[in-house]
Amino acid sequence: MSTTTQAPTPPAPPAPTGSTKARRRSATAESPYSMAMAMTVLVIMAVYFLSPVYVLFSASTKSKAELAQSSLKPSTQFVDNLQQLFSEGDGIYSRWLLNSLLYAVGGAGIATLLAAMAGYALAKYQFRGRELIFNVVLGGVLMPATALALPLFLMFAKVNLTNTYWSVLLPSIVSPFGVYLSRVFAAASVPDELIEAGRLDGASEFRIFTGLATRLMAPALVTIFLFQFVVIWNNFFLPLIMLQDNKLYPVTLGLYSWQSQLSRVPTLQVAVIIGSLVSVVPLIITFLALQRFWRSGLAAGSLK
Amino acid sequence: MTILRRTSHRHRLVLAGPAVALSLVLAACGGGGDDDKGTSAGAGSAPACKPSDGPVQLTFSTWVPGMEEVVKLWNADNPDIQVKVNSVPAGNAGTYQNFTNALKAGTAPDLGQVEYDSLPNFRLQEGLTDISGCPGIAEAEQKFVPWTWSQVDFNGSGGVYAIPQDTGPMALYYRKDIFDKLGLAAPTTWEEYAAAAKTIHDADPSQYITFFSQTDPNWYTGLYWQAGAQLFTNDGDAIGVDIEGNPAVEKVNDYWQGLIDDDLVAGNLQGFSEELYKAWNTGKVVSWVSAAWGYSTIRDNAPDTAGKWAVAPMPQWDAGGTAAGNWGGSSTAVLAGSDHPAEAAQFALWLNTDPEALALENKLGGLYPSSVDGLDIEALQQGVDFYGGQTIFDVFKQASAGVDPSFTWGPTMTDTYAALKDGIVGALSGNGTLDDATKDAQAKTVASLEAQSVPVAD
Repeated sequence: MSTTTQAPTPPAPPAPTGSTKARRRSATAESPYSMAMAMTVLVIMAVYFLSPVYVLFSASTKSKAELAQSSLKPSTQFVDNLQQLFSEGDGIYSRWLLNSLLYAVGGAGIATLLAAMAGYALAKYQFRGRELIFNVVLGGVLMPATALALPLFLMFAKVNLTNTYWSVLLPSIVSPFGVYLSRVFAAASVPDELIEAGRLDGASEFRIFTGLATRLMAPALVTIFLFQFVVIWNNFFLPLIMLQDNKLYPVTLGLYSWQSQLSRVPTLQVAVIIGSLVSVVPLIITFLALQRFWRSGLAAGSLK
Repeated sequence: MTILRRTSHRHRLVLAGPAVALSLVLAACGGGGDDDKGTSAGAGSAPACKPSDGPVQLTFSTWVPGMEEVVKLWNADNPDIQVKVNSVPAGNAGTYQNFTNALKAGTAPDLGQVEYDSLPNFRLQEGLTDISGCPGIAEAEQKFVPWTWSQVDFNGSGGVYAIPQDTGPMALYYRKDIFDKLGLAAPTTWEEYAAAAKTIHDADPSQYITFFSQTDPNWYTGLYWQAGAQLFTNDGDAIGVDIEGNPAVEKVNDYWQGLIDDDLVAGNLQGFSEELYKAWNTGKVVSWVSAAWGYSTIRDNAPDTAGKWAVAPMPQWDAGGTAAGNWGGSSTAVLAGSDHPAEAAQFALWLNTDPEALALENKLGGLYPSSVDGLDIEALQQGVDFYGGQTIFDVFKQASAGVDPSFTWGPTMTDTYAALKDGIVGALSGNGTLDDATKDAQAKTVASLEAQSVPVAD
C-alpha cells in the first residue's frame, strides 16, 4: 500500500520549479478570505453537479400521477417503484445490470492488462518501430468510438459475431489512452536499475513485468481500469448498433429502449426514471472504492 | 413508438444502388399479373414463395411492449415455426438504421416492425420481400381495413411488402366539462373548432383549445392526410413531390397559421413533454386532435382530469363529411434476405389477424388493430372510465373507415419531416409561416431524392 501512495511523487520531475513552488504554497497558511472564496466556489459547484442527481432521486420516489405535478419534494413511492423496476418485463432490468457489469468489469479488466503490457513494452524495450507503433496507438486516442461503430458492425457481421456478447466486449478491451498512460507511467515509475537487478537475479522478463512493474504501475493501472470502466458503462452507441436481442443489452441501451416506448406505454416512465438512478449506483460504488488511486493516477499522468 | 419523436435523426447511411432499386420499384408499379412466368426478376408478378422443409426458426424485431407474450401463443401452437422476438428501441430511435446496416451485412432479422411512413424507404433499399406469392397472402387483403392494405401493397403496385399491424386513425379528444361550461358542443367542422378556440381563449386567456407541437411533423402530416392532400405520386417513371402549392396543404396551412397568428393555440408546448402533461392536468389545454393510441397518453399523464374527457370525430373541412387522418401505425415486414419468407409471412398474418393475439397486443402494447375483425375485439367495445365511460373506440372505428386509402408516403420521409419540423419551429416563433415550411419541405425532399439518384417528376 505504501508504495502505491508514494509512487506518483518520486519519478523524474519534469519541472522542478513547479514542484518547489507547489510545496512552498502548501506550506504557507491560507488566508481565511481565500479559504472562504474557495469553499464558496466548491459549494456552488457541488450544488450545480448534485442538483440533477437530487431531481432524479426525488423523481424516482414518485408515482406516475405525482410526476405530472413536477414538484421537487420527494414522495413515498420509492420502494414501490423499485419493485416495478425489477418486475417490469420479467425482471429484464437485473439482467441489463448484470450485462453492464460483465461488459464493464470484463472489458476494463482485460483492457487494463493489455494496456499495461503494451505500455510497459513501449517504455522499457528498445526496438525498431517503437515510436511508430506508439504514434499509431496515440492516433487511436483521437478516433471517436462512434465513428468506428459502423465499420465494426460490418466486420463483426462477416464473422457472425453481431448480436453476441463478444460484439460489445471485444471492441471494449482496447484502450489507446490506457496504453499512452501506462507507457508514460512505466517510464517514470519503473527504474531501469530495478529491471536490471531483476534480470541479474535470474527472473524472466514476464516475471519482472508481473512481479515488479505492475506493482509499481498500480496507480496508473487502477486509473486505466476506472477510466475504461466508466467508458464501457456509459457506452451506448456501440451496443445500439451491435445488439438486437434485449437479453444482451447493457443498462444504458435497455433504458433507452424503454424510453422509446413511452408514447405507447406511459407507465414505463416510472421504471425509466428509477432505472436511471439505480444504473449510476455501481459507478458511485466503484468510484468510492477506487477514488484515491484515481486521483493519484491522474496526477501522475498530468505530470508528463 | 409509432410516433416520430425526433425527426432530425441520422440519415439512413446506406442506400445500396438506389437507382437500380427504383427501377425495380417502378417496374413493380407497372402492374403485376401480365407475366405468368413471373419469378425471373423477383419483382413484378407474384414471386414464388415455397414453404421450407422441416422446422424453422424466425427472428422478429419489434418495439411493441409485450410482444414476447403474444409470440408465446404462436410458439406453443407451432412447434415447427419457432419465432424469437428481439425487443428493440423504436424505429426512428435507431432500429431503422440498424435494419439498414443489417440488410447490407446480410444479418437482418426475418421480420421487422416498420412504420407505414418508412415502408417506401425500405422498399427503395430493396429491404423488403414481396410476399404476394406466399400462401394465404392473396386472400388476406379483405381481412384488413382498406387503407392499411394500400399502404403495404403501395396502392396496388402488384406486390405485397408487409402485413398491416396497427393504425392511428385520428379523432378529437376534448374536455367535455369545459366545453359544456362554455356552452360549446364538440366542433364538427374546423370552422366551429376555430370559433371554439376563440371562445375558450377569451373566457380564460391562459387557456388554449390545443397546442401546436414543434416536434411532431407527422401529426401535422396526419392533418394533411385528412384534407385529402396527395403529397407524393409515383407514375412509374419518377416520384412526384407535391407538397408546396398543393391546394389541400395550403388549406390546412392557412387554417393553422390563422390560429397561430391570433394566439389561439399554445405554441410553446411540445408533444409528449412534461409541460404538456401539466397543461392537460391543470386544464390549460383542453383538446387534442390525435390518434387512437393517444387515449392512454392522456389517461396516464393527466390523471387529475379523469372522467372529464370525451372523444368526438375529427372536425371536418366540409360539414357532414367523415374524413379522418391517420397518425402513426406500423406493419410487420418480411425483410430481404429471410430464408423462410413463406413461414415469416404466415406468422405475420397470424400476428395481425388472430383475435387472441390482437387482444393481447391491444392490452399489453396499446395497439389499435389494422384488421377489420380486430376492430371488434372485446377491449375495444367497452366504455373507458377515464372518458366518462364513453365507448370511445366506436369513434375511432368510424374514423378508420374515413381514412383516405390513396395517401402515399415518400421514400425519404426522414428528410421531409426534418424540413417540415424546422419550418414549423420557425412559424411558431414568428420567423416565417407554415407555407414557408412546406416550401422548404418540398425543396429538401426533392434534393434528398435527387441525392439518392431517384428520378423526380417535374
